[in-house]
Amino acid sequence: MPITSQPRHLLSRYDVTVVGAGPAGLSAAVAAREQGAERILMVDRDPEPGGILLQCIHSGFGLHEFKQDVTGPEYAHLALERVIEQDVDVLTNTYVTDVTRDLRVKLMSPEAGISTLDTGSLVIATGARERTRAAIKIPGERPAGVMTAGLAQKMVNLHGYLPGRRAVILGSGDIGLIMARRLTLEGVQVLGVFELLPFASGLGRNVVQCLQDFDIPLHLSTTVVDIHGHQRVERIAVAPVDDDLVPQLDKSWDIECDTLLLSIGLIPDAELARQLQLNLDPRTGGPVVTSTMETSLPGVFAAGNNLHINDLADWVSQEARAAGAAAGDVALGRHRARQDVTVTPGRNVAYVVPHTLSTERSQTVSFRVKQPIYGDTMLHLGDAHKRKVRAVVPPEMVTMKVSPKLLDGFAGDTLRVDAIPVEEEES
Amino acid sequence: MTERTRAPDQHAGDEAETFVYLCTSCPLGCRLEVDAMDGDVIEVRGHSCKRGIKYGTQEHSDPRRAVSTTVWLHGGPCERLPVRAAEPVPKAQVREFVRSLSGLVVEAPVAFGAVLATDVAGTGIDLIATREIVAEREREPVG
Repeated sequence: MPITSQPRHLLSRYDVTVVGAGPAGLSAAVAAREQGAERILMVDRDPEPGGILLQCIHSGFGLHEFKQDVTGPEYAHLALERVIEQDVDVLTNTYVTDVTRDLRVKLMSPEAGISTLDTGSLVIATGARERTRAAIKIPGERPAGVMTAGLAQKMVNLHGYLPGRRAVILGSGDIGLIMARRLTLEGVQVLGVFELLPFASGLGRNVVQCLQDFDIPLHLSTTVVDIHGHQRVERIAVAPVDDDLVPQLDKSWDIECDTLLLSIGLIPDAELARQLQLNLDPRTGGPVVTSTMETSLPGVFAAGNNLHINDLADWVSQEARAAGAAAGDVALGRHRARQDVTVTPGRNVAYVVPHTLSTERSQTVSFRVKQPIYGDTMLHLGDAHKRKVRAVVPPEMVTMKVSPKLLDGFAGDTLRVDAIPVEEEES
Repeated sequence: MTERTRAPDQHAGDEAETFVYLCTSCPLGCRLEVDAMDGDVIEVRGHSCKRGIKYGTQEHSDPRRAVSTTVWLHGGPCERLPVRAAEPVPKAQVREFVRSLSGLVVEAPVAFGAVLATDVAGTGIDLIATREIVAEREREPVG
């Protein structure tokens, strides 16, 4: 099976154009095709489809989407097989440089030069960017050796370079935990993972299998307060934080190291969304969307990490399937489902996606909690629906399936999503 | 989350010893206490569901890990080829498994799931490719 299906000739008009060939793009393209849209183009700037999955060589992917535990590259391969079965034009090494509000797409690639095409609908599946040192304003000098965990992952897993010899990791997000193990196995001394919050922000299984297995210390409620070094990082200072997350500098200590990896969160890549002047949700950093992932500009859809940061690629694939199918419908001029219920984050909920629901179709509501609740928790969707779960933690996205039946009688209403400990509810 | 796993002691005692593990079966993260004598699990406590018993027993008696790493790739779109152990590797042999692959160089093309090495580091476990690498001539430009 060829890994790509590069088109011989670009058409001047496509039904659906998908920007990004990561898990979201791959899934959206297939769904649009299955919905009956015939001319589908998927564009990616990298040489091969797969997106960040290709550098996520660890396992833990695919349990929901493919009913097996696979690595990132395997997940990409399985997702791409579905695309190739569906006769989608895949254009790699290609940038989307411009999209207008009447959906003219300008592309640029070394092979095909600059081309412009029209599209019936557009799916933005551009993923996320990593937060950098500038985002959290770490004081100190500016030597080489400070980089995001994902960049280090790309260096090690795709190109065979080690980022350094003695590394400290700031942030206990999953990428940071995974890289702590990865660097250790490649011979780098990982001196510790430091987390500002009093709990790890990555999944529990990664804390056990990436840190505890390799005796890498995890320092909670502690952060990096200074970076020293002229050419290269020579030493950093870390300090515990108080209850207001303010560093207690009198209790700081130094660590000699040559590398500082940052795993301090992802932000949706909303460049195209901004260019198209889409309404953005300040909570997610991504566009405001309907239950079919349609943005404020009709015909433009968003799915995956550019919409909101997901915890699992599997959920991205599922969400993108809804976006791709609706993008296919819109391109074919079919009826749009009414968006007649609004959802909004309530108690202990950081954000909710999508922002509106439909009484005409089934949909999934995704959200993140602010504080962990280690015990029975009641999830509320206004007065329309409630569901009890064992526990909720910020690293794990929470989802609720919402059928039209549940929304019966709530048309025109705003439903608040809450996550409340069951014991507080009863008292 | 901060609970540290204690490695099982090697010596065989007359009395049951208690080992603590963090259950990774779900986000609840139960603190499991596993009573064991001479390596045999007697009782698992602290679990909230059946999965905790299974996890605690397996984790104490035969901890294994999924192992993935990369090896050198010649003639591909990048310099490293992602690979994984065909089955979970005993936890104590994970480092040796990965270290033994440091000299391995694979030439493109590579089939998805190709077996690249057998009995890696004496574990009896195969190494398989997790990415398909097509031959250079198939990575052709738009016509």
